[in-house]
Amino acid sequence: MSSAQCLEIDHPAPEDIRVGVFICHCGSNIAGYLDCEAVTRNAAALPRVVYAKNNLYTCSEAGLAEIRNAIAEHKLNRVVVASCSPRTHQPLFCSTCAQAGLNPYLFEMVNIRDQCSWVHMQDRERATSKAMDLVRMGVAKAIFLEAQRDIESSLVRKALVIGGGIAGLSAAEAFADMGIEVLLIEKEAQYGGLLQHLYRLAPEGVHAKELIEGIVQRVTAKPQVRGFLSAQVVAVDGVIGSYRISIQQADRDVLQETVGCIVVATGAVPFQPDSRYGYNGRSVITQAELEEKLAAGPLDAKRVVMIQCVGARVPEREYCARICCLTAVKNALYLKEANPVVQVHILYRDIQMYGAENERMLWQSRGRGVRFDVYDEQRPPQVGESAVEFYQPLTGEMQMLPYDLVVLSTPLVASSGARSLARLMRIPMDQNDFFMEAHAKLRPLDFATDGIFLSGSARYPATVAEARAQGLGAAARAATVLFKEKLVTSALVAEINPETCVGCQGCLAVCPYGAIGYIPERGICEVNTILCKGCGNCASTCPSQSAVLKGFTPKQLLRQIRAVVNA
Amino acid sequence: MDVGRHPNIRLLAYSEVEKVEGELGSFQVTVRKKARYVDEAKCTGCGACAEKCPTATVDSYNLGLAKAKAIYRYFAQGIPSTYTIDSRYCRNFQEGKKCGVCAKVCQAGAIDYKQQDQLIQLEIGAIILATGYDVFDARRIEEYGYGRLPNVVTSLELERFLSASGPTHGHLYRPSDLALQASLPELEKSCKKSAKGFEKYEKELGQTWQDFYAAYQRGELKGAEYDEWAEQVRLWQRLSDELEKKKEQAASRQTAHRIAFIQCVGSRDIRFNRHCSGFCCMHSIKEAIIAREHDPEAEVFVFGMDIRAVGKGFEEYRNRGAREAKVNYIRSRVAEITEERDHTPVVWYEDTKERQVCTMAVDMVVLAVACEAPAGLKRLAEIVGIELSDFGFVKTRFSEPLDTTRSGVFVCGCAQSPMDIPESVAQASSAAARAAQILTGAETLRLAS
Repeated sequence: MSSAQCLEIDHPAPEDIRVGVFICHCGSNIAGYLDCEAVTRNAAALPRVVYAKNNLYTCSEAGLAEIRNAIAEHKLNRVVVASCSPRTHQPLFCSTCAQAGLNPYLFEMVNIRDQCSWVHMQDRERATSKAMDLVRMGVAKAIFLEAQRDIESSLVRKALVIGGGIAGLSAAEAFADMGIEVLLIEKEAQYGGLLQHLYRLAPEGVHAKELIEGIVQRVTAKPQVRGFLSAQVVAVDGVIGSYRISIQQADRDVLQETVGCIVVATGAVPFQPDSRYGYNGRSVITQAELEEKLAAGPLDAKRVVMIQCVGARVPEREYCARICCLTAVKNALYLKEANPVVQVHILYRDIQMYGAENERMLWQSRGRGVRFDVYDEQRPPQVGESAVEFYQPLTGEMQMLPYDLVVLSTPLVASSGARSLARLMRIPMDQNDFFMEAHAKLRPLDFATDGIFLSGSARYPATVAEARAQGLGAAARAATVLFKEKLVTSALVAEINPETCVGCQGCLAVCPYGAIGYIPERGICEVNTILCKGCGNCASTCPSQSAVLKGFTPKQLLRQIRAVVNA
Repeated sequence: MDVGRHPNIRLLAYSEVEKVEGELGSFQVTVRKKARYVDEAKCTGCGACAEKCPTATVDSYNLGLAKAKAIYRYFAQGIPSTYTIDSRYCRNFQEGKKCGVCAKVCQAGAIDYKQQDQLIQLEIGAIILATGYDVFDARRIEEYGYGRLPNVVTSLELERFLSASGPTHGHLYRPSDLALQASLPELEKSCKKSAKGFEKYEKELGQTWQDFYAAYQRGELKGAEYDEWAEQVRLWQRLSDELEKKKEQAASRQTAHRIAFIQCVGSRDIRFNRHCSGFCCMHSIKEAIIAREHDPEAEVFVFGMDIRAVGKGFEEYRNRGAREAKVNYIRSRVAEITEERDHTPVVWYEDTKERQVCTMAVDMVVLAVACEAPAGLKRLAEIVGIELSDFGFVKTRFSEPLDTTRSGVFVCGCAQSPMDIPESVAQASSAAARAAQILTGAETLRLAS
């Protein structure tokens, strides 16, 4: 006897199932390409369907009212809507069912627009027949749906910010001003991150130290901010709403805390060029080292050559680090400002002065006599004892640039601690060890894991203004969680039957959310329902069908498949 | 969708800010909610009105590449889904005409020709400007021929062409071929019309027009009247030849195969905008890659000064474009675009790497038009009481990148400076944080002190 048949014996089909089916025209989006009337007639004849209706827009107020009325009048205990995408409309229909007193998990949605009418515009007849199949499948599944209850979890209205640079400080400031208690952790002995080492900042010429010290004072003075210097997060456990963290501060006992959300703002570090381009730390230095020199006092070099993309946009480090061209042009401007006779020559591949104010710096620097020349990546400049030699494509000739100082623009790279933090928090990184956001375009400040957010150069090299904006933004994202009255998540999560689980841990290996744990004492696996996103990987992997995804049980899915195969 | 459904968000679409008084923490804002002539509460967005509306207008969502009706919805998935009557075109609003079709077909009774603009007073703690941008009018660069050469299009027009829901259902036809196709019905009509005259003299002469014309040519029929009739036959013949020829051309049309993308059109150009528009390098690469996906044999060229691939994963994307989609990046400045016969555009450019002035004939040219401050921003800035930068965008300080020159008023996205989607999304959250800081009190004290 197959396991599917076993399941059927366990749960005989109840007799009092009353299904209502609503077929949406979506204006002409669906009705224009298939016969909605026929689909409705077909649905009405399906077993256990007691009511079937088509409407112009099921999601309109009138359409929703029809659902509510039908639930009351026809004593519906299952509702199927055949319309558009559940991604956009399922929550609306579920809450409509709930308003009429029907458990929202007894609702099933069938997509006959995106997956039917829109893709079969040329073939009305077969589109209609496919819509009938889809509706029949939906009804077959709906019959075996089970009522569920949303999962409520605890919410600690407290935030943790990891990293005390401009991004982390900005996040902490925003939390504090919103009245949220925040723990701010910095691994160094002082706050400020990279800004502590920089000279002046474009375009307004503010001294980096002054700016950052002002912010540090403002933020650390706030009563809601608890700062931890020379500190590190050594353990993270728990889920959104209540992350249990352990903080190790130098020479102190490990401190245990619980927070609702976490912002990662650990920054990045300038790449050290080793011996590339004759780097020696004296006459050939990095842009970061130039900043420190400038901050310390005037420079005596009269002939400065800057080389861009040192260690960036090369096979071993493919990315463009976004801010190195800005830094070079900015420093060239300040060199010129301090001493107009200084010759500054910038050798670049593409000069990345994106946006309005940055491009302004480019033409200002040109106006002040900074020279720019393109070099080809295939023929990079050669740094000699006293001159830089490069091929100038415009003239087709080799050119010598005598120098007193060569400044290498190196990219920001992920900090050395990023990897261990990623492991600790189970958060993903990209191929360059920058942290990876939930969605590159639409969720730039979120991690895929709920309740954890990111900002600043830990995500990708950012300017001061960008890092500040992202720090504030990450706090706003976290605030959308922390200001909730209660945390509620969908009940459609996996569960593992402890009676049949053999502890093979196949599910554990395929869970992308770290939601499954192995309990050695009992020799079984268990799902953390708050972390589980209901992807179903475990259910489809489990050899003994012990892992089951609610709302997508083998029984429900097999009924659905049979509805189309046996037709 | 999420925004439209959010219980804490009240959307005022089709509305403009008229007046802002007060100060941070308590602004009084007057908003003009423009008359749609459709009751938002009643309209179900079914579209029956637009289906039956007899007045065709230009579809501005498809950038004029498709037709819309005088009662319209900007695009299908728009929020709210309410329809709007464009009173500039609707017959009911034009003198001496009567229509009322939409009111007749609307089952919800939502049409209200008497609806008036509404002034709404709002009590607001903080204001965020997110007014976006306008694209540069490429007609201003005469030498690129936009508007004059049919196969020179803008990047946004190409987006519509590449879109499955666009005017060509995702096929990359040359606009000149589309125009040819579109001219056929009109030509056919005039052809038929001119043939119609034949019936009259066929009746009068009692012979077919072919016989008549043959006799006329043999010189058997003479006189002014016959000359006129013969002239009509010749006209018909000309039209019908042209129709045949054009039909043939239209039948043999192919999709654009060689596509040139021109960067910095109106950006980084002292004549128009000095600023860099930030995102156009990436969208040209993206469009080039998608064009290749539509047609694996397509050849794509990107003409630009610097290729600014500065975001996360962007340089990798640019390299992938070169590797997988064979995107040719040509370091250059384009001087002029001319046209060969058959409307084939020719790009004249200086290859700054090869030190040569070159030409290249392509099927279609795509102009990466600049991002400019939106037309209404100047007026809005006056109303709200904020300063703009000399680029025309909202002025901010770099250390407070979301704060405008007026306390309690914040800005995000391209209203502040050209930026891409992730940057805009991040900034939007940041601006919300700034507003929340103020509204929760503590921040008010700091700004006041």
